Amino acid sequence: MNIHEYQAKEIFRAAGIPIPPGEVATTPAEAEAIAKKFGGTVVVKAQVHAGGRGKAGGVKLAKTPEEARSVADKILKLHIKDLPVQKVLVTPAADIASEAYVGIIVDRARKKAVFMVSPAGGIDIEEVAAKTPEKIMYHPVDARYGLMDFEAQQMGFFLYKDAKQARAAASIMKQLYQAFVKSGASLAEINPLVVTPKGEVLALDAKMVVDDNELDRHPEIAKLRDESAEAPSEVQARNANLTFIKLDGNVGCVVNGAGLAMATMDLVKYYGGEPANFLDIGGSSNPEKVVNALKIITADPNVKAILFNIFGGITRTDDVANGIVTATKQNPLKVPIVIRLTGTNEEIAMKILQDNGFSASSDMDEAVKKAVELATKGGKAA
Amino acid sequence: MSIFIDNSTTVIVQGITGRDGSFHAKQMMEYGTKIVAGVTPGKGGQKFEDKVPVFNTVAEAMKATNANTSVIYVPPMYAADAILEAADAGVKFIVAITEGVPVLDMTRVYPFVKEKGARLLGPNCPGLITPGQSKVGIIPGRICTPGPVGVVSRSGTLTYEVVYQLTRAGLGQTTCVGIGGDPINGTNFIDCLAAFEKDPATKVVCMMGEIGGTDEQEAAEFVKKNMTKPVVGFIAGQTAPPGRRMGHAGAIISGSAGTAAEKIQAFKDAAMGVAQRPLDFVELVRARLK
Repeated sequence: MNIHEYQAKEIFRAAGIPIPPGEVATTPAEAEAIAKKFGGTVVVKAQVHAGGRGKAGGVKLAKTPEEARSVADKILKLHIKDLPVQKVLVTPAADIASEAYVGIIVDRARKKAVFMVSPAGGIDIEEVAAKTPEKIMYHPVDARYGLMDFEAQQMGFFLYKDAKQARAAASIMKQLYQAFVKSGASLAEINPLVVTPKGEVLALDAKMVVDDNELDRHPEIAKLRDESAEAPSEVQARNANLTFIKLDGNVGCVVNGAGLAMATMDLVKYYGGEPANFLDIGGSSNPEKVVNALKIITADPNVKAILFNIFGGITRTDDVANGIVTATKQNPLKVPIVIRLTGTNEEIAMKILQDNGFSASSDMDEAVKKAVELATKGGKAA
Repeated sequence: MSIFIDNSTTVIVQGITGRDGSFHAKQMMEYGTKIVAGVTPGKGGQKFEDKVPVFNTVAEAMKATNANTSVIYVPPMYAADAILEAADAGVKFIVAITEGVPVLDMTRVYPFVKEKGARLLGPNCPGLITPGQSKVGIIPGRICTPGPVGVVSRSGTLTYEVVYQLTRAGLGQTTCVGIGGDPINGTNFIDCLAAFEKDPATKVVCMMGEIGGTDEQEAAEFVKKNMTKPVVGFIAGQTAPPGRRMGHAGAIISGSAGTAAEKIQAFKDAAMGVAQRPLDFVELVRARLK
């Protein structure tokens, strides 16, 4: 789960990390009032679940409250990577002498949380990593012991020659690690970590991604979810316990299992079609899920044919068949449907479908080919 | 022959009285798997299906049966502890089926299991099956048949699809292994490829990967350097759109976007066969068996 910068900053602040104050505005007038309160130059930052905000024009300086109002107005009208900006964070601009990068992520290869720190922080950090890898220090953490003081200090001195700054950075890394573990995060990042002309070390940005599997343990973090900042179809799918990603094609796909769902989309493309979505109904068998899946897919006006590809293991194919029958009785389909079912309780499922006027195949290639044909020709329901 | 499990495998089911655990324990017993004990804290002393003794702890189950394998069906918040318990009790092969285990839990579990000298498969995996001998996990038995093909996959239902196509074409399997798609898993592609290379009965290996990460590229490198047996690969997600990535850390750590094109190129560089769709495995495997 993604959380906003201002939310991550609250978590980091609570862990003791020095971060300048900031307040959230949803209108230009609010942004102006906050800028007036802080006085001086402020930064207005889009709060949106997408990277590359700065490069997309979502982060601007404003010297006066009036200017804060006008840049907030522009930023609040932006869409960044298709997501509308609905909130801005207004924060006093800090004087910056140097920018560093500090991040922690769970690394698949090392099977550990790994710190990455670089004295060359800022928006081009990925380029730094690719072109001058010696400017990045990687430090895996043994989760059984946590981040030890000497480890934090090693990283602190990699960032700063000045002992006071190095120690300040080390303490920030300890605090960041605590916030990371306590929140059940899979990523936590400060970019940039700055030194001011006075020599203070401050975090000017904060990012955190929380492991969805931890949310049951951390209700206070789960509460931070901002559904208005997510694509509506994806919110609807998640609330129905489905994984859904909207795409631009016209073949609506309903599949069980992420790997098979991706392979099905690939096969749609292989036969000359374009998938309208990725939709995984998951492992458990529940007709209600199928009903919800069909609701989400038929809401997309681009969908010209619907393809079910179900390989029953844990999923019982008769449950899926019942779901299809229930859903289409509630909301008769306006586009053709092609059903491929095989596996657990296949015979019962086929009977249910036949009794209700549907035909189904047990062959994946055959079904995909047919769905692509129907979507392209705009054929009639089976 | 086979890898990891065969007809001498003896299995403890952790979570045997739960909804999923009891269903799949029965399925495994029907398949012929030697289920020797179950564990559910608080239900020690009961018998599962009038046959299998249930214990409160894995340590007790091990003392009574000395099983070599355990399979875990406990809920996600308790799964990490179940793995630790099995490793601590001396189980040498631990198969964790549970989906949704927090990844930070796994950062604690992995080094512990390693130090105990145990092998972990999963979590969030369908387990494995050696057709005709033993199945540990949830792979449907009837889609498999014995033969010379080794199968390893990151996915569940996609594995079933490929195995089903192979079986329909008369191409049987030595062992089919689902390693699971979680960021931290106990057994990876390379572990399975190495085991198939050593298994005299395996003549060809099928490997199904997905977009994301660099596991498939590393596996391809292993094939190039260490394998004499032919390997056929597939990558799911060739048409998946790039995600709305947050932060820079992901790109910095892997130095790669993990795209399908990158992975397929790595397969080609390792002189592997490349299946464009699941059905292609049939012809590619057949050609390599000749």
